[in-house]
Amino acid sequence: MPPPLVELSSISVFRGERLVLKNISTHLEACQALLLTGPNGAGKSTLLRVIAGLCPVSSGTMERPCDVAWLGHLDALKPALTVRENLQFSLKLGQGTLKDCLASLSLTALADRPVRLLSAGQKRRVALARITLSKAPLWLLDEPSVGLDQASLEQLGTIMNTHLAQGGGIIATSHVPLPLGHHHTLKLQAPPVPAGVFL
Amino acid sequence: MNSAFRALTARELRLAFFFGADTLASLLFFILCAALFPLALGPSPALLHQMGPGILWVCMLLAGFPPLERLFNQDFEDGSLDQLMLYGVGPAGVALSKIITHWMTTGIPLLIAAIPLGLMFGLESREFPVLLGSLALGSASLSLIGGMIAAISLGARRGNILLPLLGLPLSVPILIFGAAASYAAQLGLSPASNLYLLGACFCLCLPLCPLAAGMGLKEACR
Repeated sequence: MPPPLVELSSISVFRGERLVLKNISTHLEACQALLLTGPNGAGKSTLLRVIAGLCPVSSGTMERPCDVAWLGHLDALKPALTVRENLQFSLKLGQGTLKDCLASLSLTALADRPVRLLSAGQKRRVALARITLSKAPLWLLDEPSVGLDQASLEQLGTIMNTHLAQGGGIIATSHVPLPLGHHHTLKLQAPPVPAGVFL
Repeated sequence: MNSAFRALTARELRLAFFFGADTLASLLFFILCAALFPLALGPSPALLHQMGPGILWVCMLLAGFPPLERLFNQDFEDGSLDQLMLYGVGPAGVALSKIITHWMTTGIPLLIAAIPLGLMFGLESREFPVLLGSLALGSASLSLIGGMIAAISLGARRGNILLPLLGLPLSVPILIFGAAASYAAQLGLSPASNLYLLGACFCLCLPLCPLAAGMGLKEACR
């Protein structure tokens, strides 16, 4: 049996003085998707950052033997560069061709347009295009559907389900249902505010 | 790892080339700064010749700072830094590639501009090799130190004030040894000892500054 893509055992994370994640355990195998849900401030993005290795855990252990492709809540695009130029760097290190990748997200017509002229949803699609170029087996997506219209949402579903079918894994946060086939859900609770904090 | 690092540095250079105004601003600042000294000190050729290397060194030091502020800040603000941290070159690799870019897009243009400015101060041709050599070595060390401070102060409020406040004192040894080496030809001394010390500073900065900068980036991204 192959090792899991991610294994978290009872991790806790402090950010500053605040306990953001308390005693979280979960794991993800190949071909599986995990949806993180919970109210604002429950630590969904923090958990994703922990899995990416950007944020250290305060206790517990996190095992992640594979590479990740990261989609943060910011699109990480350079406004002055065109769509094609923005994706060039990922293309060099990743897999696939720009043509297929742009076509899968209906971006072909926008390829030579500077990113600053795109709408929020179009920018999100370019950021998603970068994910599909990556070779990493594990995708970490922070609110991937923000700003997407219905047609793009379906394309996102196709892309994610193809990735799962090819043996990848996805961990995503979302407030709205994502067009994922079979997936697990991890519901995070907002940690109670300790008494006396507002004194 | 190596090819990823090269791809990353190529990306940084392309971006720096695209935002060429930074290089131009730093270059103009250097030229203007150096051109102000004759106005204040008076037109005496002997005095300017004597002051020349020192003025060029101080102006070089100051002109390198403004572009440092944008070195990590833009990538930090638009989320690109998170992406870069995950590219597999490690935080220190990201920092080193940015520092190399800073030196290539700021250090080298300033070195070239130092030639006409040196002529303006009436420096003799025999003084140029050591002056330019020490400036090249010194500017590389200054890029390393500046990059480290820029990474450490990343995300801090008033980061733009912290940058020169922390960076200029750390640059003092480079300034002392570099300027002393540049004066050797004028005073008829050997520049060797000061160049060795300047080289030693560079050898110290080369491994330490990217590591410290990497720690700063990691802390900013958590």
